[in-house]
Amino acid sequence: MTQPTTNEFIKGLWRQNPIFVQMLGLCPALAVSNSAINSLTMGLATSFVLLSSGVVISAIRSLIPRDARIVSYICIIASFVTTVDYVIKAISLDLHKSLGAFISLIVVNCLILGRAEAFASKNTIGRTLQDALGMGAGFTISLLCIGSVREILGSGTLFGVALFPESFQPWTIMILPSGGFFVLALWLLVIGLFENTRARRAAAAGEHA
Amino acid sequence: MMADAPHWSIFVNAALINNFVLAYFLGLCPFMGVSAKLATAIRMGGAVTFVMLVASICAYLLNQLLLLVDAPYLRLISYILVIASTVQLVEMLLRKLSPATFRALGIFLPLITTNCAILGLALFQTNRGYGFSRAIVFALGAAAGFTLALVLMAGVREKLDLAPVPELVKGTTAALIVAGILSLSFMGFAGLGS
Repeated sequence: MTQPTTNEFIKGLWRQNPIFVQMLGLCPALAVSNSAINSLTMGLATSFVLLSSGVVISAIRSLIPRDARIVSYICIIASFVTTVDYVIKAISLDLHKSLGAFISLIVVNCLILGRAEAFASKNTIGRTLQDALGMGAGFTISLLCIGSVREILGSGTLFGVALFPESFQPWTIMILPSGGFFVLALWLLVIGLFENTRARRAAAAGEHA
Repeated sequence: MMADAPHWSIFVNAALINNFVLAYFLGLCPFMGVSAKLATAIRMGGAVTFVMLVASICAYLLNQLLLLVDAPYLRLISYILVIASTVQLVEMLLRKLSPATFRALGIFLPLITTNCAILGLALFQTNRGYGFSRAIVFALGAAAGFTLALVLMAGVREKLDLAPVPELVKGTTAALIVAGILSLSFMGFAGLGS
């Protein structure tokens, strides 16, 4: 536990990125990522729940009995999700409608329960805060990556702003469910290629040295 | 998708047209995790079907109760608690009745609790205002759709293991592309219902 604490933040962004590396929380990631604004809302809502439930769980971690821990975590998470649900409804009814039941479904996002079990239940509030911020940021950025590609190709816009001239024929498939699978596969491929090149370069550097 | 839709249309809609996995992306974790072997996929389908059925009935009764006491904000918490206890029950039953299945499902059995397909089912049926019989038909349809998608996926992945796939695409990437193609072909069902 001597490593610098900034590591807790950074690891969520890349090395343990929740979506591209750990494959956690895929359901909401694919279901609402058909436009950039939906992705951003979903990412922020999830980050908020991750952060607040993490802090609460970490604060009362010594009080929770071992056998009842999952149930307690779920209750805490569900309360925050209910809050977020009502807040989003108050801010924008349209957004709430387009995200539909998926806001409530943040409860069963494996990422949140996973972090609660693996990190928040064993670490201090400060470290949990950093971990949750990193994971939340990683989640939001990944969602934005998927969402913007789908929106640009599927409707020719980004955050509702048209990017192409009138003659652009949108790839409707990208905003349909199957597009979600394809775009995620594409991103995994890109990341795999990147990691491969890096590994090869590191190996080459190792030989020279 | 109204509250008074005929039963067959609800079933076909949940199972094929708006398949939970391939159109709503619900229950992706077990879909990716348990779909490597056909036999495990079928057992998982069975377990999920049972949990879905029980959860749907409980969610219907709970919703009536919550409406009675005028506390809709408790819906989410009570649903998830019911689902968690049902899963616990299934786990205990399976360990007693079929230890082999229990071992094969491994970590994915307790994870049914966080299977969004089940909570999603409970929330959808409440949002759409289904009555008791429609809720059960909806649950059966959704479970059939989930099992179908899981079994199809497992069948394809078993073949995929023998195919010369580029090293980079192996694993999750290939599975995702297969899922995308499956989802694409399920769109062909779109004309079935009204």
